[in-house]
Amino acid sequence: MRKQFTEILVIGGGATGLSAARDAVLRGFKTLLIEKGDLAHGTSGRYHGLLHSGGRYVISDPHSARDCIAENRILRKLIPSAIEDTDGWFVTTPEDDPDYADQFLAACAKSGVPAEDVAVDVLLNKERLLNPRISRAIRVPDAACDSFDATHILANDLQARGGKLLLRHEVIGFETRRQKVCAAKVRNLLTDEEVLIECSMVLNCTGAWAGHIASLVGSEVKVTPGKGTMIAMNSRLVNTVINRCKPPHDGDILVPVGTVSVIGTTDIPVPSADKYPIEDWEIEFLLNEGEVLIPGFKKYRALRAWAGVRPLYDPSAGSDTESRDLTRSHAVLDHEKRDGVGGLLTMVGGKFTTMRLMAEDLVDAACKQLRTKRACTTAETPAEQPGSKHYYLSQRLAGWENASKANDTVDPIICECELVSESRVRAKIETSKSKVLNDLRRDTRLGMGPCQGGFCAYRANGIACEMLAQDPTDAQQTLAQFLQERWKGQRNLLWDHNLRQLELDQNIYRNLLGLDRSVDLDAIEIYPTEKTA
Amino acid sequence: MSYIEIDSLETTLSSDQCIKCNICTASCPVAAVTDKFPGPKAVGPQLQRLRQPGALSQDQSVDYCNNCGVCSLVCPHGVQIAEMNAIARSVQMDRDGVPLRNRMLGRPEPLGKLGSMFAPFSNIPLAIPPLRWIAEKTVGIHRNAPFPSFTRRRFRTWFKRHQSDNIIGRRKVVYFHGCSTNYYEPRVGEAVVKVLEHFGCKVSIAEQNCCGLPMQSNGEFDAARENAKSNIEKLAPYVRENYIIVGSSTSCTLALKHDYPNILGLQGRDVDLVAKNTYDIFEFLAELLEESDIDPRFRQVNEAVFYHPPCQQRSHFMGQPAIRVLRQIPGLTFEVSTADCCGVAGTYGLKAEKYQISRDIAETLFAQIDRNDPERVLCDSETCRWWIQGHTDVNSVHPIELVAEALPR
Repeated sequence: MRKQFTEILVIGGGATGLSAARDAVLRGFKTLLIEKGDLAHGTSGRYHGLLHSGGRYVISDPHSARDCIAENRILRKLIPSAIEDTDGWFVTTPEDDPDYADQFLAACAKSGVPAEDVAVDVLLNKERLLNPRISRAIRVPDAACDSFDATHILANDLQARGGKLLLRHEVIGFETRRQKVCAAKVRNLLTDEEVLIECSMVLNCTGAWAGHIASLVGSEVKVTPGKGTMIAMNSRLVNTVINRCKPPHDGDILVPVGTVSVIGTTDIPVPSADKYPIEDWEIEFLLNEGEVLIPGFKKYRALRAWAGVRPLYDPSAGSDTESRDLTRSHAVLDHEKRDGVGGLLTMVGGKFTTMRLMAEDLVDAACKQLRTKRACTTAETPAEQPGSKHYYLSQRLAGWENASKANDTVDPIICECELVSESRVRAKIETSKSKVLNDLRRDTRLGMGPCQGGFCAYRANGIACEMLAQDPTDAQQTLAQFLQERWKGQRNLLWDHNLRQLELDQNIYRNLLGLDRSVDLDAIEIYPTEKTA
Repeated sequence: MSYIEIDSLETTLSSDQCIKCNICTASCPVAAVTDKFPGPKAVGPQLQRLRQPGALSQDQSVDYCNNCGVCSLVCPHGVQIAEMNAIARSVQMDRDGVPLRNRMLGRPEPLGKLGSMFAPFSNIPLAIPPLRWIAEKTVGIHRNAPFPSFTRRRFRTWFKRHQSDNIIGRRKVVYFHGCSTNYYEPRVGEAVVKVLEHFGCKVSIAEQNCCGLPMQSNGEFDAARENAKSNIEKLAPYVRENYIIVGSSTSCTLALKHDYPNILGLQGRDVDLVAKNTYDIFEFLAELLEESDIDPRFRQVNEAVFYHPPCQQRSHFMGQPAIRVLRQIPGLTFEVSTADCCGVAGTYGLKAEKYQISRDIAETLFAQIDRNDPERVLCDSETCRWWIQGHTDVNSVHPIELVAEALPR
């Protein structure tokens, strides 16, 4: 078996893992991150896009609120180009207790979350679709964050600083020496090759899958996957984050992210982190909550529904000594203290907004176990990124227009909905060498717009097939898999616009291109790890 | 009278309906001939999702839309594509500033006043090639773009002296003549008045401004709104007195009927009153003849003509009413154009960077005219007539002029 050596091995290519790996690299550790799928493949890539101001937690969990506002300020400097400075509002609708707003303001003051009671008309003039019967509007520094952009920036920065990244590598076991993890056995899911990665410390940042990794050293970590379902509306119905001013509840937030606005979420414990179908009642519930914020919400186009799994940590299982930390939304489990197995730390709980802080706590614990003192510098070290300004919606349009103007030719568009040009598609395939169209999607937003791959998937597939000299039969399989994945998100939304869209898309692929004659479309299973044929 | 300026959310959010079927792009005359315009679907519902209110964007391609409006007409899902594009362009112009050239082209009225005052001398510069070359290089008006000639005797002056036989009249019509009739082609207005009066209408001409469409399509929404409001103020009282508004320019009447509420976003009782009571001259005439079962007893006109219905006519949802009337003229044979658009689209084709696009669009139409070799080309829209005549050398007239000629003596 081939061997590799690193000091710190981070498992999980989501927000937590990437933050942890970057933190470790900045502290001078030789660091390797492995991920069984693609970057942001799990929960990070399925989040609603809210960079919390902390407002949501000021009453229920003031400690989290303080963490959120501090991290909100840091992340704006750390990954500005993944963040859109939208502002956020807490609004009292006719369905909400009118007295809550005053408690909320008081709690914000206590937790240090800037909150400003603003005349309702100011908000209603800005957001014209909002319910005119909103009686209170409180402004907070919420923002929108694109988790694909954020994770890609962190990953690039990690590599630029010497960290290593292995995608599509799954941990299949650990080797221990003297009650301490000393190596991880991993499998390359594309080639089936097994590699032994020797290391001094393993950081388990696998979120809802943390229990599985811990079980490989015989330790029990009870992380219950909590399904959160969201719906992306086709348009930005609002341009600022709108929260219901009431105790945290399902369906209480509308976030403008990129081209869409996301209404979320539900919160349901599910048995598996890999399979958690969306129920029709969730859709109905979310759309009804949307109606409270925006009268007529249901008549706008619901583009796609998806769900992510929160890593809900249950301390009652196992012999945890860290219970004092449970007031916090995240905790580091030290398996040496807990189960007598050194060299492995597991991060449980947490939220996207506090990813950097979670990483700091985790790497602090690693340093402690490794008996070395190295200060965390992530808060003061911005990640390398294309621009130092915040993202704005029409940035992509401006970029495309300027490029076309400068070169005096039009860069052909592959994904029309999300304005992904041919040169961008080619550049991304050139670097990633990935045949998986979903990787291209996470990289560029290809296929994420209204037609959900109807017009771009065959184009991108053709380019990838040619560039990577892919066998056409494999390429058809890749295409079919991508399409099934896209169609999966429309399944619960088949009325009006989306029904017509799906009919058209299906006609393009089945009746026009005859894809169903070469691939059994209905037999395609959506693998969580998207292995290629 | 009240106006509420609605915001354009309803229009922009109609992008929700788009399933990207491409029917609009397939019908777009501009996208068919140039890559500079990615098509109505692209700049409309697609890019709409990427435009942020108040944010900077170099959204130049939308300026290549020529406002023919066919996209909105053919969309099977009700996306207000043309409207969306017009709004996007005005936002862009608000931000980047409206070029001097667009301001000039957007204001036929003051230009016409000045030009007609000094006619025929004011027509001389347009015929001097070096001056045209300078105009192209400085303001961006193409040197080969045909312009009409100013007239010394304005239509309104003619009308004031004109003695009408119909003081009472069966129908009361207030005629919206528009700028072109007043300053360039008074003969069209004279024909309209003659025909309407012949069929028993009492014709008045209200005080009026330029409809505002040239400013609107050159991106000056605020200025266009001022004209629109002023016209509504002047026309609405006539409607309340049971007058019907009739216009002879397809684009002016479309502005009154459709653009004021739907593109400029004006709302109010008088806006609706004007919109609902405005008729294209042939829409009115065809209905008048058919309703009252009048035998027009047209004279024999032995002529072969070619009729090009302008593209904006489709947005009136009235079919091709001129044909219903022309058909009744004995001896007249006419070939109807199958070309979607003549290319010029108001002031679009006059612009240096767009002239060739308009010429390319015009290919189909010009080839048809060439094959038919007609004595005259008929077209309801003035800018189309000037464009066609300028490039084919075939005399182009408003079909109402032919009807006037065919009236029994």
